[in-house]
Amino acid sequence: MSALHLLWQGAAVVVGGGILGLVYKGFDRKLAARMQSRIGPPLRQPFLDVGKLLVKESVVPKDAVGWLFRAMPFLAVVASFTVLLYLPWGPFPAILSGHGDAILVLYLLAVPALAMALGGFASGSPLATVGAQREIVMLMSYEFPLAVAVVGVVWRLATLGGGPAFSLAAIAAVPLWTQVGPLGVIGLAILAACLLIVTPAELSKIPFDIPEAETEIAGGLMVEYSGTYLALFYLADAAKTIAMAALVVTLFAPYGIAGLLGLSGAGAQAVDLAFHLVKIFAVMFTAVTTVRVAMARLKVDQVARGFWLQITAVAVAGLVLLVLDRMVMG
Amino acid sequence: MGLSSFKRALWVFHIATGSCNGCDIEIVAALTPRYDVERFGIKLVGSPRHADVLLVTGPVTRPMAERLKRVYEQTPDPKAVVVVGGCGATSGVFYDSYNVVGPVDAIVPVAAYVPGCPPRPEAIIHGVVTAVAKIEAAAAGEKR
Repeated sequence: MSALHLLWQGAAVVVGGGILGLVYKGFDRKLAARMQSRIGPPLRQPFLDVGKLLVKESVVPKDAVGWLFRAMPFLAVVASFTVLLYLPWGPFPAILSGHGDAILVLYLLAVPALAMALGGFASGSPLATVGAQREIVMLMSYEFPLAVAVVGVVWRLATLGGGPAFSLAAIAAVPLWTQVGPLGVIGLAILAACLLIVTPAELSKIPFDIPEAETEIAGGLMVEYSGTYLALFYLADAAKTIAMAALVVTLFAPYGIAGLLGLSGAGAQAVDLAFHLVKIFAVMFTAVTTVRVAMARLKVDQVARGFWLQITAVAVAGLVLLVLDRMVMG
Repeated sequence: MGLSSFKRALWVFHIATGSCNGCDIEIVAALTPRYDVERFGIKLVGSPRHADVLLVTGPVTRPMAERLKRVYEQTPDPKAVVVVGGCGATSGVFYDSYNVVGPVDAIVPVAAYVPGCPPRPEAIIHGVVTAVAKIEAAAAGEKR
């Protein structure tokens, strides 16, 4: 594959992912409003928000560590859009397939959170510092169940001889559900549920919006960010939502429907891509929109304890079931 | 997109400078499903750094004057101040209080006044929209 071709495809995924992220954010806000029996903002509201933020003055506070404060929004955007390049898009393999695997994606998903925390610490505001500390605590709590869920799937696939370990392309090519025994199906279902619980935490959405907590620490990490810098974090959040939902889809539901419809060629690819986007939307709707409407904010100690003890215990139980399944099935 | 997206994506910061809470409750009422300001893209934010419009309620008490000035300066340009309620506009019944240094326009420039004790949520939404029309007019004037 020529370098120019790669560049063109990469640009398409980045621009498409950004637009998709903002459109899905619009759907998220509209559906949340409908669930609260409000009319809600128009679907293009996120585009208007970004457009407005780009017009605004971008203030760098006098107490802030200037270069760190300015650099972190860019780091967050770059990291979240880079994840999109490593994820397979339905029938299309990842743009950078073969250059990085599931472990790299896990690390890249942690980078925006770290960038936000560093930006918060650098902004010189006590509210932002509190938010940054909470973000770090959250990061340390949800990373373990997240890693267990991903490693469980990847390990079971490797034992079945499904291509190179940790390669997302191999995971997407061979759905695990049909290859494992009944114990394995239960284990996989448990890991999928854990990943769905981790998703809103990874995205800092209610009930895990503890680092931002507008009514409590006035926007937390984001408190001093304005104008272009805030727009960049907004975009990073939109892209990360897509990336996280796409990761869940790739790990647990990498199915296409073109085969069922009897299509082939370009038509099949278009249908499968559309179905992939629908699945991403379904994950976002279940794990983010519905949950954030139905719940209130948890306390940071509840989240830390919940993820470290209960959720980790459940995830490890799922992993143990997969190990037992391997012993039974061989 | 420029200022055309500005009026459809207003983020509002609410600062109470000594109000009795009447106007504040009406501002909250504007966010409820009945009035739902989010359908116009208006959103209440937690930090003046994110805000386009400052909603000020109440006569300005002596300790709040300095804070009101600071919040105004913390808000990035372009911005507008909307005074909600009779107290902010004229100091109302507290006009001769020893502890009141207001009205609001004695401390910061004001783009729109929403009279009433308290004003209705429709009136508050109208006030915000009027203030934005002023920002746009000012921006158009600068271009000329």
